[in-house]
Amino acid sequence: MDLRNEILNTLEKDSRISPDELAIRLGAEQTEIVNEISALEKEGIICGYLTLINWEKTDDELVTALIEVKVTPQRGNGFDSIAERIYKYDEVRAVYLMSGGFDFTVIVEGKTMREAALFVSEKLSTLESVLSTSTHFVLRRYKDHGVILEEEKKDERISIMP
Amino acid sequence: MRDFVSDRIRSLQPSGIRKFFDAVSEMPDAISLGVGEPDFETPWKIREEGIYSLEKGKTFYTSNSGLPELREEICSYMKRKYDLSYDPGKEVIVTVGGSEAIDIALRCTVNNGDEVIIPQPSFVSYAPCAVMAGGVPVIIDLKAENEFRLTPEELEKAITPASKVLILSFPNNPTGAIMEREDLEALVPVIESHDLVVISDEIYAELTYSGRHVSIASLPGMRERTIVINGFSKAFAMTGWRLGYACGPENIISQMTKLHQYAIMCAPTLSQYAAIEALRNADDDVEKMAKAYDQRRRYLLNEFRDMGLECFEPLGAFYIFPSIKKFGLSSEEFAEKILEEQKLAVVPGNAFGDSGEGYLRISYAYSIDSLKEAMGRLRSFISGL
Repeated sequence: MDLRNEILNTLEKDSRISPDELAIRLGAEQTEIVNEISALEKEGIICGYLTLINWEKTDDELVTALIEVKVTPQRGNGFDSIAERIYKYDEVRAVYLMSGGFDFTVIVEGKTMREAALFVSEKLSTLESVLSTSTHFVLRRYKDHGVILEEEKKDERISIMP
Repeated sequence: MRDFVSDRIRSLQPSGIRKFFDAVSEMPDAISLGVGEPDFETPWKIREEGIYSLEKGKTFYTSNSGLPELREEICSYMKRKYDLSYDPGKEVIVTVGGSEAIDIALRCTVNNGDEVIIPQPSFVSYAPCAVMAGGVPVIIDLKAENEFRLTPEELEKAITPASKVLILSFPNNPTGAIMEREDLEALVPVIESHDLVVISDEIYAELTYSGRHVSIASLPGMRERTIVINGFSKAFAMTGWRLGYACGPENIISQMTKLHQYAIMCAPTLSQYAAIEALRNADDDVEKMAKAYDQRRRYLLNEFRDMGLECFEPLGAFYIFPSIKKFGLSSEEFAEKILEEQKLAVVPGNAFGDSGEGYLRISYAYSIDSLKEAMGRLRSFISGL
């Protein structure tokens, strides 16, 4: 695998690794790493460095809804302009165009279930090209972005072994 | 009452690691770099196959040499990875870990008084198993200046008329040394001219960080005089499943199968079903783990050099073997002191043979975060010396 891929795979798991450390761990020059990362950012391959938070463990309430949306594609620009109408809302965390029984998966976050439901009924379903919506609330998050959230890691190994 | 214990077993020294282990286990907040197994859990798809096999009622013995499908998968794996061709019907035996394979390979090749040549530092069971097989261990002390590789000169010097078996264990525990193709090729004339049989323990073969592992059995003329030992513990993170295998010429494997049949019957059925999945569908998992080890290996090497610890670059397994000679402490003294002062457990190099004196075995089968914490402790310890 080339350096670019190694950088991406490593940063995807931990975006806080410094270029210095990355250079050591991947056996590359520090400048090479810095240049490659800035190229990846410019090309829009690295789109951000986020923090994975388990909000359920905080005092803040956060509700996530997954909404299946059926739409009528518009002549000329298909699904893209409808997607844009949807993803511009701050409440919307993610929008995916889907194959199968419906067109978009829209992930919405709100402080309360009512807030999220209101967004769907007042904003999303009133869009002209939206034919129908079906809203599913997330009850519990077990694993997100490849990370098991509640996992308690204990080293079960015998501490000294030949 | 007379002494019921045999002289032979009494003559074996208990492993030097034992007393260390006792000290560490009394120290709950100690962190350890002393393990000899992966930190990864077995990939889930492999575990799931084990579970399915139980659900389907696969709870009986398998044939002595192992499930036919598994032996076939082992042969195709050996071909694909190391360019070795074996007949799944006659030239493979599935064992209880690589350890059983070592034991029965020795017991099926050694006559009373035969010399078994063991390069050290190396895994602790070769010499005891050789003794229990009636053999006489002959130790070659490998040298740091050769990066702990075995040279033909060293081998030649160890040969006597009684020499019969050579044990090779590369990639090596505890040094992390490997033997590249040229290194192995240089040994072949010596091995052939003295008509030795080679037991090649290649359990860490997947963890080779400079190109591909080369098996000595793949060199011309060597297949017929080599028993290759491998297994699932290290590559697939399956230590607790206790599953390994040996491949070799039919005349030896059939004898090993006979002994295995009397002593063991067959390797655990559950583990064998899981292992089929491992060989069929886990190449990606193996690669991912190997890449993670490789990053940690580079990290540690850099840390050691930064601390001024002399260390050759290990290119295999998941161990690094820095020299602590300049501190004027023996390996054991160093290990005891750092455990006491910094609550950091490492294994003294002499646990793997006298030539390991002056070194420490540091395992990097730990997350980078744990390694960072450990390196911090090592750093403060060294600066206090």
